[in-house]
Amino acid sequence: MADALPPDRLEPHDETAGRPIGRRIVLSTIAAGVAGLFVAPSLQEKWSQLLGAASQRDPTGLSGLLPNPGGFRYFSVAGSVPEKNASTYRLTVDGLVDKPTTYTLSQLGAMPQSRVTHDVVCTDGWQVDDVPFVGVPLAKILDAAGVRPDAKAVRFTCFDGVYSESLTMEQARRPDVLVATQMLDQPIPHISGGPVRLFVGPMYFYKSAKWLSGITVTDEVVPGYWEEYGYPIDGWLPGEEPAGA
Amino acid sequence: MPDLAVRRFTRAERLVHQTTLILMAICLATAAAIYFGPIAAAIGRRHVVATVHQWSGILLPAPFLLGLMSRALRLDVRRLNRFTRTDTRWLLGALRRVPHRDQVSGKFNAGQKVFASWLAGAIVVMVFTGLLLWFKFSLSGIPRAGVIAVHDLLAAAITIALAGHAYKAYTSTGG
Repeated sequence: MADALPPDRLEPHDETAGRPIGRRIVLSTIAAGVAGLFVAPSLQEKWSQLLGAASQRDPTGLSGLLPNPGGFRYFSVAGSVPEKNASTYRLTVDGLVDKPTTYTLSQLGAMPQSRVTHDVVCTDGWQVDDVPFVGVPLAKILDAAGVRPDAKAVRFTCFDGVYSESLTMEQARRPDVLVATQMLDQPIPHISGGPVRLFVGPMYFYKSAKWLSGITVTDEVVPGYWEEYGYPIDGWLPGEEPAGA
Repeated sequence: MPDLAVRRFTRAERLVHQTTLILMAICLATAAAIYFGPIAAAIGRRHVVATVHQWSGILLPAPFLLGLMSRALRLDVRRLNRFTRTDTRWLLGALRRVPHRDQVSGKFNAGQKVFASWLAGAIVVMVFTGLLLWFKFSLSGIPRAGVIAVHDLLAAAITIALAGHAYKAYTSTGG
């Protein structure tokens, strides 16, 4: 009851007098946030290393719920993606080529293989260092199909039914561009875009289309899925742009 | 026992609170669908989810800004801003774990004032970093990793603070 309170706690006070501490809290929070933009990268690096180490020895997987865990994150633009295995998977090569071809998984496995180890960097900020990919160099597949002289670019389509990507012919022939069947020396799991995904080592990871099902040689670059939403078509990682690009 | 229910807030103020609540709920739900792998894998449709997240986020301050047309809301903002000796005493009491019902406050206690002010600042930072992320590749001088870290960590802090806010709202009976 109010009348049971000691007199000194009954002092009348004007609620709108007093010091403007609330405003100072608002401004301090904003200032701290802006300062964080510049301080966070170095702190985050240590945090990532700590979490990366912790997630290696975490059977519960709970460390994956902490902010910015080291490791891959799942993205799909489609609602659900059908699973393909060695007997149902097909890769078609068509467009401006002399010999349109359809490959099975075992046919891809019988072609010359190459191993590319590169950092995987997503535009959303996560990064996994030194990830080995194994697969057929895209250049070998293009050579086998016989690219016509008027071809300028390569378009990639995916069996999620939605995603697409593009590279110029020059980019597509780089040795660090693979039609990959292995990641981290394991067959690529469905959730990581298996059984076959594109791997474009020197570019942001959105260029490395998951669930690759079609390679079409074209006479001009057709913007891919995210590129329709403003991502650059040449998704070079910082420092990876070829001279003159 | 007479009916002691008191309307603490006007209709305009409640409308501001409810629309902000809905926008914040959409923001957090879509954030979860972008951020957590298992939820992302179950829902997919990344572009749709991201678009809903961006728009609910950028609209988050709108109900409050429109609500400033209400005199009652402006008066409550002034009450939240001003800290009196009573509030100092309240905060010291909270540190000593004095039960809130034994403490004296005006319309808002000091905890509510700190929460409201911090959340207002946090939303400004979230909208700012969110816009930087939205218009990617046009950053200059601001490290992208820093923008992502601040946006992610502050989102986690806001989630925790809102959980506390909801808990207090359901368990407190005034006083």
